[in-house]
Amino acid sequence: MTTQTEQPPRLFEGREPVFPQRVSGWYRRLKWWLMIFTLGIYYITPWIRWDRGANLPDQAVLVDLANARFFFFWIEIWPHELYFVAGLLIMAGLGLFLFTSALGRVWCGYACPQTVWTDLFILVERWVEGDRNERIRLLRAKWSFRKARLRITKWVIWLLIALATGGAWVFYFADAPTLLRELITGQAAMVAYGTIAILTATTFLFGGFLREQVCTYMCPWPRIQAAMMDEDSLTVAYRDWRGEPRGKLGKAEGDCIDCMACVNVCPQGIDIRDGQQVECITCALCIDACDTMMEKIGKPRGLIDYCALSDEPLERAGVTPKTIWQHILRLRNFIYFGLWSLIGVAMVVALFIRSDFSASIKPDRNPRFVTLSDGTLRNAYDLKISNQTGAAREFHLSIKTDDPLRLDLQGVDGMNITVPADETMHQRIYVFAKPEYETSRMDNAPIRFWVEDRASGERNHVDSFFAGDPK
Amino acid sequence: MRKPKMNDEDYPTTGHEWDGIREYDKPMPRWWLWTFYLCILFSIGYMIYYPAIPLINGATKGVLGYSSRAEVQGEIDRVNAQNADIEKLLLATPMEQIAKDPDLSRFASAGGAAVFRTYCAQCHGAGAQGAKGYPNLQDDDWLWGGDLTTLETTIRHGIRHDADDDTRYSEMPKFGEILPQEEIKQIAEYVLAISNQDHDVALAMLGKPLFIDNCSACHGETGLGDREQGAPNLADALWLFGGDRDTVLHTITNSRFGVMPAWQGRITDAQIKQVAFYVHQLGGGE
Repeated sequence: MTTQTEQPPRLFEGREPVFPQRVSGWYRRLKWWLMIFTLGIYYITPWIRWDRGANLPDQAVLVDLANARFFFFWIEIWPHELYFVAGLLIMAGLGLFLFTSALGRVWCGYACPQTVWTDLFILVERWVEGDRNERIRLLRAKWSFRKARLRITKWVIWLLIALATGGAWVFYFADAPTLLRELITGQAAMVAYGTIAILTATTFLFGGFLREQVCTYMCPWPRIQAAMMDEDSLTVAYRDWRGEPRGKLGKAEGDCIDCMACVNVCPQGIDIRDGQQVECITCALCIDACDTMMEKIGKPRGLIDYCALSDEPLERAGVTPKTIWQHILRLRNFIYFGLWSLIGVAMVVALFIRSDFSASIKPDRNPRFVTLSDGTLRNAYDLKISNQTGAAREFHLSIKTDDPLRLDLQGVDGMNITVPADETMHQRIYVFAKPEYETSRMDNAPIRFWVEDRASGERNHVDSFFAGDPK
Repeated sequence: MRKPKMNDEDYPTTGHEWDGIREYDKPMPRWWLWTFYLCILFSIGYMIYYPAIPLINGATKGVLGYSSRAEVQGEIDRVNAQNADIEKLLLATPMEQIAKDPDLSRFASAGGAAVFRTYCAQCHGAGAQGAKGYPNLQDDDWLWGGDLTTLETTIRHGIRHDADDDTRYSEMPKFGEILPQEEIKQIAEYVLAISNQDHDVALAMLGKPLFIDNCSACHGETGLGDREQGAPNLADALWLFGGDRDTVLHTITNSRFGVMPAWQGRITDAQIKQVAFYVHQLGGGE
């Protein structure tokens, strides 16, 4: 074969097929369990019920876009509390910093949906078409009835998994049992079918065909992570000081017998012995593969292992390197963890001290005030009360001002407003200042609106101003 | 199966270099190329199905016959169809009963707000606060009355709108052509007196009988006005054209009256009811 260097480079390059071989070991078992755990969370969560009373949905986790509510077990988030979601996103970001700095690309290797679903699809592929060598043979074989049967079986199973993936997603956005019934009877909303179709297509394509290319070409994360790792971050690495020079068993000095086990099991199609690569998702399957081999030939495990860059020169010099825990428990990670938990604690505190009703007020700006026939000035406000509980509540409204201003609610007798369960109510309110009051000649006189829950006595206030006529 | 991998050093570079960093000239992945071809295919389909190629008198139509204008019209028709039932209910409901039905009052006030901003805001202001010569609709001072039925009538037939036989009509004479300047001054002082403003007491005393003779037929003996004739209350703090001495003098001498078009026939009956309801709930409704 001539080397490519002698020809001008091609404009594009086809994917080199990857046929990951079956492997067993500690990390493989861990990944199986993590797959069951993460897929379990994904598929089961929308079906968990949570009783919130008659007026609220009984789905434990529900993103109710139509009514702008987010339900998470006992927590209900309204749009004005979106900072909780922002906080969660910041925590997710910092969490990724933390994990990357401490454990390298552990997210990529174990928890990323692309990895989990690709793993599942490879499992199906192996189950239908056989292990690595059979699959290579099948790829090279001419089209025959057998090849078509195996391919179609595999694709159908993939499609079913993809359909279940896309199908589970929509249950997070509507009452799951109702939606399932509607989906089957063809009565669900177009957007539900559309979402399922798109997610089915992407799952099928990404898990079945694109696989490692998603990580290598599409995902920005490997690039970002490369900037966040340092010489203490854990990565999967080959101890070349021990393995080299590699060669057939008994014919080379190094421990590496060049059996290609690590390459054959790699879902990313790389050779870990080439050193750190952007393609490596640190799934650790090569560790399992190599350890198995080392045991067979009676050499110590760990030729390929989790280690940090700084370990390498120490190990080469025969010095005991830092332990895994020393790599993880270092200042940088403590800072990340501190920030991460600070936001987490702040959010939990905010969650517990938040009120279950909220009020906001918007003064009329046009006109700022209205003069009545007896010279009294009137200001109008749009008061918004959100009742964030599952029962209707009555609120009493009062104002605190310097002058004894009069309060009036449009279309309501008295000062009590009933807000239906889980709703926001707009109430137009008027405040009157007699011409002899100082307030009526002030540009902006402070005014505080008190909203009191009649049943519990809980009070919230909102501050605004009364616009007078300084002329 | 794996081809011998090229070392990075073997790859040619583009020749670009920044601070010693060079750019590889590596081949792009083939799936990327497929995406590119798919986009081209999509664009061909798009050009066939949708308006695409600009010609001299407009663009090609596309076989789907899509137009954004028709889409908007379709959306308007859809909303109108959705509102058909509640609009029928609105037309059948007397003005006073609208507020009792929360859905109906929401429909009326939201629709009325839109009508107001389209047709009324030019004179009465976006916040209905009015301007000199254009009544403030938020206050409690009404020339012709501020209850729901009266508001509906005013909007329907307009004020001094000649083309409408039922329009509200009244006309104040130009007293500059009737009374001597001296007497007009005395009446003006009296008007300032009844509206609690600074005035010349002696002149006002002289103006009182003149006011009763010439003005009380419409404005009432105490100047409280008469809504039957659209005669403003002269004793309150609110003035349509202004209440200072010069303005009052000018008003008596030359007389003033505004005009409002009749909206019947220009907007639908439902819109008239909506906007009447909207104006009524701005704070001044009676």
